[in-house]
Amino acid sequence: MRRQVLLGAAGVGALALLWEGYKLVAPDDGVVVGELTVLPRTNDIAMPHLWDMAARAFEPVNSATDALPLWVAVLVAAAFTLGVAAVGWVVGVVVGLGTATLMQRFRTAESALLPWVVLSQTVPLIALAPLVRRWGSQLEVGTFDWQDWMSVAVIASYLAFFPVSIGALRGLSSPDAVHLDLMRSYGVGWWRTYRSLRLPAAVPHLIPALRLAAANAVIGTVVAEVSIGLRGGIGRMIVEFGASASADPAKQWSPIFGAVLVGLVAAGVCALIARGLARYRVSEVS
Amino acid sequence: MTRSATTTWRRAEVVLAPVLLGLLALALWETAVVVLELRPFVVPSPTSIGAELTGNAGIIATAALSTALNAWWGLVIGVVVALVAAAVSAAVRTIDEMSAPLAAAAAVVPIVALAPVLYTMFGASTQTARVAVAAIVSFVPVYVNTLRGLRTVAPVHRDLLRAYAATRRQATLTVTLPGALPFFFSGLRVATSLAVISALVAEYFGGPVDGLGKAITSAVSSSNYPLAWAYVVGAVVVGLLFFCGSSGLERAVLHRRSQR
Amino acid sequence: MNSSAPTRATATSAGTAGTPAGTAPDPHAAAAVEVRGVTRRFSSRSGEVVALSDVDLTVRAGEFVSLIGPSGCGKSTLLRLIADLDEPTAGELSVFGRPPRVARQNHDFGIAFQQAGLLPWRSVRTNVELPLQLHGTGRGARRARATELLEMVGLADFAEHLPHQLSGGMQQRVAIARALAERPSLLLMDEPFGALDEMTREHVQTELLRLRAETGAAVVFVTHSIPEAVYLSDRVVVMSARPGQVREVVPVGLGEARDRSDDVREDDAFFDRVRAVREALHGADGTTPRGVDRR
Repeated sequence: MRRQVLLGAAGVGALALLWEGYKLVAPDDGVVVGELTVLPRTNDIAMPHLWDMAARAFEPVNSATDALPLWVAVLVAAAFTLGVAAVGWVVGVVVGLGTATLMQRFRTAESALLPWVVLSQTVPLIALAPLVRRWGSQLEVGTFDWQDWMSVAVIASYLAFFPVSIGALRGLSSPDAVHLDLMRSYGVGWWRTYRSLRLPAAVPHLIPALRLAAANAVIGTVVAEVSIGLRGGIGRMIVEFGASASADPAKQWSPIFGAVLVGLVAAGVCALIARGLARYRVSEVS
Repeated sequence: MTRSATTTWRRAEVVLAPVLLGLLALALWETAVVVLELRPFVVPSPTSIGAELTGNAGIIATAALSTALNAWWGLVIGVVVALVAAAVSAAVRTIDEMSAPLAAAAAVVPIVALAPVLYTMFGASTQTARVAVAAIVSFVPVYVNTLRGLRTVAPVHRDLLRAYAATRRQATLTVTLPGALPFFFSGLRVATSLAVISALVAEYFGGPVDGLGKAITSAVSSSNYPLAWAYVVGAVVVGLLFFCGSSGLERAVLHRRSQR
Repeated sequence: MNSSAPTRATATSAGTAGTPAGTAPDPHAAAAVEVRGVTRRFSSRSGEVVALSDVDLTVRAGEFVSLIGPSGCGKSTLLRLIADLDEPTAGELSVFGRPPRVARQNHDFGIAFQQAGLLPWRSVRTNVELPLQLHGTGRGARRARATELLEMVGLADFAEHLPHQLSGGMQQRVAIARALAERPSLLLMDEPFGALDEMTREHVQTELLRLRAETGAAVVFVTHSIPEAVYLSDRVVVMSARPGQVREVVPVGLGEARDRSDDVREDDAFFDRVRAVREALHGADGTTPRGVDRR
């Protein structure tokens, strides 16, 4: 365990050394073959020093007098993104579980839906993101005002939905015939069988699916923030700071590390859920 | 119902059910748009999307080709680097352990967020940054899966090779590599769809103005929603082609191997 | 099989005549396996486990010896030590007068495990060819030998099938053919029929006896089935658990093991030997140790 932590830290350190080492050795304009830059430029705009990134994080966001330190602003944005992703994740998980249950219960539903679910996983449906851009400003359902962040959450839930439905279907169909026969011999109905046998049996399949869904929800949120133009989140911040990169190159790295943080926190939450369900995951399948 | 009639119906159901559902969904969509008078920014009708698709087939294909090429080169570079890295990690335990947290993190982190930085590193007027995004994204699943495959040798096979005094080279060629092949392919399958998605999404973050992602955003900003949807259909086609390519390769290789 | 088997009368007379078990050993030939004072300890989180304690055993060339005992008696450990898949904590082993490592590198033995352990992506034929291929036999010779072996185990028609297309019993026969590929003078088998149903099992047992008669190999056979041990062996080594030790060696004396057929299973002499092994297993108190199959 200790060895793992030490070597893991060494791995991160090696990556940092690689960054600075490459910056030191390679020419400013990168390695250019013909017209093509094959290895990145190393000037301070393209690859700022790590210590410059760190130092910049502790300076204020901008020149306004009440500006927060950059790292605080990034944390706020990261929390916002994480919140939207969480909403998307929850919706995606609920819908995914529902679809899987439907497919498990009715065989025709499975033959009708499953090919579409699998297909949609292989195509870049995230391309839809810009298309929901105007929902926020113009869509009203009764007295309910559709908010921009909801469009982002819809995209996130859309991406989270697929792994959950596939994983849950596999899991719900996983109990051995002998257990199903046992339930039948007890004269137990579908719903009780579902609750006391299928659902627990699905856990080992569900946990990797939840993890994948969380990663997808985070990616969906960051990308949708950019394409919809939702302010306040980490995705938008990356693009905004990136636009001023030539003047302040180290600044855009803070929200990038923020995005990494969001992904890690989401994975961490999933690990906690997995720990809570430890009783059911005798053998986790990936 | 007789048994053969049941199986025939079952077989027909497998094909018919999804097709019918698809047609039904399209019909419902079309009726909903017409009856509810939905405005195109909510969803345009399938027929109007179809009209844009046929009317602009040429420029949609051009945009799709640009995105597809980025995804392709990214995929190729990512897979080759991943295979080399997995081989090194499988051979040197320390490197494996050092890279483990990085690989785990890379799997959950939104790598497309690197796109703006990559545009500065490689130049915003070329496609290189998009290729780089696709390469990094497709590297991760191939590396993780292949490494796991190289590390997974059934104890009974290990014992067998030891009992027969197989050399390390022989063990690698007869058991480790063939055993890792299915793992590699499941990584490749994930990488293929991710490469297309990330090459497209990277376009949202900047760079030159060709490609499907840019086309979608510009169609949206000029409020030409049916055209934007037509570009989405183009993206779906590119995704499908890549998916068919990788699963075709997988099937061909694993099938031929089992024919020997 | 039945047509070539000796008649029941022959088997019975051989059994009742009380012929000493097995072939008469050639005093000049090195024993197939020599185990002297072997101890194997494993250290685990919950302390040290003595898997084998001071075990002695000799298996003569051409002799069929079964190791039987409750789970945890170290019978599989002993087999793994002979195959040089593991090393003893103390004591010495030799295989045909050489250390196990040298024997392994000389390809002196064939081996089969409880799982068939076939490579799933190779055809039945190329699975059988595996040891020959590893040891540099040419393609043509390999192919010829595999064909011959598959005919021997009755699977010639399945040569180009993949392992998953075969039943468990057929897979196990492929594994045995693979173990025989290099005409080893020693076969090491670790519960190879453990996962098979009773009928398949009896069939494969008889087949193993025939194959072994044709090759004249010595066999060390780990099992947890008393009738299986008695039916196959010249001698049955009964082991006890915690620590793993040899409790008793029961000579079977049902005549040449190679001449036995299914009829032997109904002999009084057979039941007598089964009883002897069972009593040896149970010890004085008559309780059945856990993990021993009483079939």
